[in-house]
Amino acid sequence: MKRLLVVLGAACFVVLLIGAMLDLAPAGIALHAAVSANLPSSGVEHPVTAVLLNFRGYDTLLEIAVLLLALIVILAVGIDSTTDVRPAASPVLQALARLAAPLMIVVAVYLLWAGAFRPGGAFQAGAVLAAAAVLLHLAELLPGWQSPGARLRLGLAGGFLIFLAVGAGLLFQGALLEYPPEQAGWMILLIESGLTVSLGLILAGLFLLLSRDDGDRS
Amino acid sequence: MSAGLLFASVGVILFALGAAGVLLIGHLLRRILAFNVMGSGAFLVLVGLAQRNGIADPVPQAMVLTGIVVAVAATALALALVRRLYALTGKIELPQDDEG
Repeated sequence: MKRLLVVLGAACFVVLLIGAMLDLAPAGIALHAAVSANLPSSGVEHPVTAVLLNFRGYDTLLEIAVLLLALIVILAVGIDSTTDVRPAASPVLQALARLAAPLMIVVAVYLLWAGAFRPGGAFQAGAVLAAAAVLLHLAELLPGWQSPGARLRLGLAGGFLIFLAVGAGLLFQGALLEYPPEQAGWMILLIESGLTVSLGLILAGLFLLLSRDDGDRS
Repeated sequence: MSAGLLFASVGVILFALGAAGVLLIGHLLRRILAFNVMGSGAFLVLVGLAQRNGIADPVPQAMVLTGIVVAVAATALALALVRRLYALTGKIELPQDDEG
């Protein structure tokens, strides 16, 4: 009975919403025009990066704060080490991981650099870094994390702190996160570099902190 | 129907599938997956609707990029809570207070 109701409700929702979207009036505000008009003063050449780190930098600041918060809550929940039995990593996987990890770091740096003028940026670069860490962990070359030490904590929080410091520094010149057009380029690159390292560590930490097992316990 | 509208329609269907999954599935791991399907549907609607007249809009794209990263963090948090629940109760389902 409940099943039927939910399926019927979902079907009605789909029909109604697609119907509404089909005769939707064109958008009243053309945001892409405003973005391309202000692109020269943003310090980067790619519109998505300009929106992420300049026009809507506030969202990105809160986003990295949310990620950090999620990691802190995971640490606070206190994960019990489990005894999940994983098959031993094959030598082929280990050799591949050894080969791929340095390349992934190079790709991450390239993505970070490319973000200024083509699709790329701190998030993609951070995701590639985290994937490299997860790959190394699955190949049993990198142990799961127990609890972050001082240096790791600094790395995890560093991106957020750099972002916050730049934002607070700009507060003296007017508004929060309103870069002066001449300096916007290197400020965004500085923030993005910090974000890349922190995002990579946080995303890797979400996995590596969760996958501690008895074998890693010291 | 433009490509953007097609994306948005697929997004609506994904959202409804995910929502039905969240309501109907008891197993928490599958429920988290359903929740992620729901989120992907919402992202697809955002990006698709914004480019229904053929011009890509960077603002919703940046918002969706932010949303994807937050969704990953939320999923990891949910998984940590499920593991905690499993360690405490030995079940991967929420306790039922009625016979649903």
